[in-house]
Amino acid sequence: MSYSSGRILLSSQREGQVSRFRPWVILVVPLAAILFQVYIPLFFQFLKFLEMPLLVVVYFGLMRRNQIGGLLTGAMVGLAQDSLSKNPLGMHGIVNTLVGYFAASVGVRLDVDHGVIRFLLALFFYMFHQMLCWMIEQALPLGHQPAFKIDEWLVFGVLNAIVAVALFHFLDKLRESA
Amino acid sequence: MESPLNRYRSFTVLVLVIFAQLVLLAVQVKNDQNVSVIRSWTVTAVSPVARVLEWGRHSSVGFIRNYVLLRDAGEENRRLQSEVDRLKVENVFLKNELNLADRAKALQSFAARVPSRTLAATVFASAAGSDSNAVLVDRGSVSGVERGMGVVTPDGIVGKVLKVYAMTSMVGLINDQDFAAGVATQNPQVRGVLKGQGKPMCKVDYVPFEDKIAPGDLLFTSGEDHIFPRGFPVGVVKSVRNGQPFKEIWAEPSGLRRGVPEDVLIILEGVHQDIPEAPSTQGVYINSSPPAAAQPEESASPASVGTEADRARAQAKAIGESQGHPFGSADGKIPDFNANHPLPPPPAAAPPGAEAPPASTRRANQAAGASPGGKQDR
Repeated sequence: MSYSSGRILLSSQREGQVSRFRPWVILVVPLAAILFQVYIPLFFQFLKFLEMPLLVVVYFGLMRRNQIGGLLTGAMVGLAQDSLSKNPLGMHGIVNTLVGYFAASVGVRLDVDHGVIRFLLALFFYMFHQMLCWMIEQALPLGHQPAFKIDEWLVFGVLNAIVAVALFHFLDKLRESA
Repeated sequence: MESPLNRYRSFTVLVLVIFAQLVLLAVQVKNDQNVSVIRSWTVTAVSPVARVLEWGRHSSVGFIRNYVLLRDAGEENRRLQSEVDRLKVENVFLKNELNLADRAKALQSFAARVPSRTLAATVFASAAGSDSNAVLVDRGSVSGVERGMGVVTPDGIVGKVLKVYAMTSMVGLINDQDFAAGVATQNPQVRGVLKGQGKPMCKVDYVPFEDKIAPGDLLFTSGEDHIFPRGFPVGVVKSVRNGQPFKEIWAEPSGLRRGVPEDVLIILEGVHQDIPEAPSTQGVYINSSPPAAAQPEESASPASVGTEADRARAQAKAIGESQGHPFGSADGKIPDFNANHPLPPPPAAAPPGAEAPPASTRRANQAAGASPGGKQDR
């Protein structure tokens, strides 16, 4: 693992390095994340807490530092998630769009290669994702009242953040070299 | 210069994508009333905007109409003013028509009430000349009008026909200097001749100085002039002055009290009527009882008592005493009550305040006893 030095904030945008990925990576990785979320819990129930699509969106947003790319990736992944769930189309789409956009925005300012930053950002965006989902469910007349389980979200957020650090490290391998 | 959309391209795309997904979401989800959220949101979003737009449009149109396009207001004002003028003229016309109808109705009612045969006519012009007291009516010889016929209204006599043409006639008014008509007051009937003087007031001539006539007395036609039948109102006595040999009396003609009438009746065949009775102004006279000191001693006897029974009793008693009959016993012969014996004096005399009716009243009563209602000669 080759993390950057102790500086967290970038002094200028030029300091941040824009990661480039091959097109198939951008297509296959989110697809794999979605498949993982819908398929793996069938066999391993305890892995249900993992929000792999969210983590992939965060990663691509942070690393590509392209807000439009980030929000489009989030929208596509979110809509795909909704298509495979009982939720109405657009619920995860909206949330992941916002996550992708803000992740790209944050990636411009922060040294996203730093492990701690990645952990914290993964935790933050997980909480942000859960919070937004809860708000949308609350706003829409879906026929049930969503539970506000902040402690559970925190635990799962930490677990997802830990997984995110490892996943991001793995995905760094798929970057094109400059 | 960079456009704001280009500058905030990322944010714009974010908004668009979020919005698109919101729409997608809203299309699928339905609310409690089974109405899709997109429809509910659309209505909720559009209604206030539409309301604001409508308010703005209404205000703008109102502002433009009420304040900017004053040209239309001016035009409308002129149009309304013209309409008001037209309605005023129409109103006056209708009032005149109504007035005409009222007058015609009154005239018709009056004509039906009087026994004389009359012909309705309308005054359409006054005769030429500033001092002329004559008018032209729209009836002439074709309608049966003849010279000398009387012209009346429900208020009183108006004048008489002076000249007759085919379709029109000239009527000399009551205040014309050549006009004269026989008049009489109510009970007691004082007779005289009313003459026009060329002035609003007319003179009543030939009333003897001893006749009783006073201001306020009503004058009626007497029927003696062979023009007007008896009983038509003429006017009111305004002033009376004593003179020799006749009184100087001025009267206001009631037929011209409201100016020259527009509609009149021409008397084709006159029939006398009764002159209306004057309301009685004489009260009931109750004499005071005579003073006791003025009574003679004999007045204490029953004979002085005023009833016929007392008088008969006193007479019978006097006859019996004169023949030596003792009243109250069965002896003696029956007195002869058929013997001639002076009657006791009447108990009461006429009251000192009572007056004999004046000679004029007697004469009026005699005149009233003359044959009424005869056809008028021409």
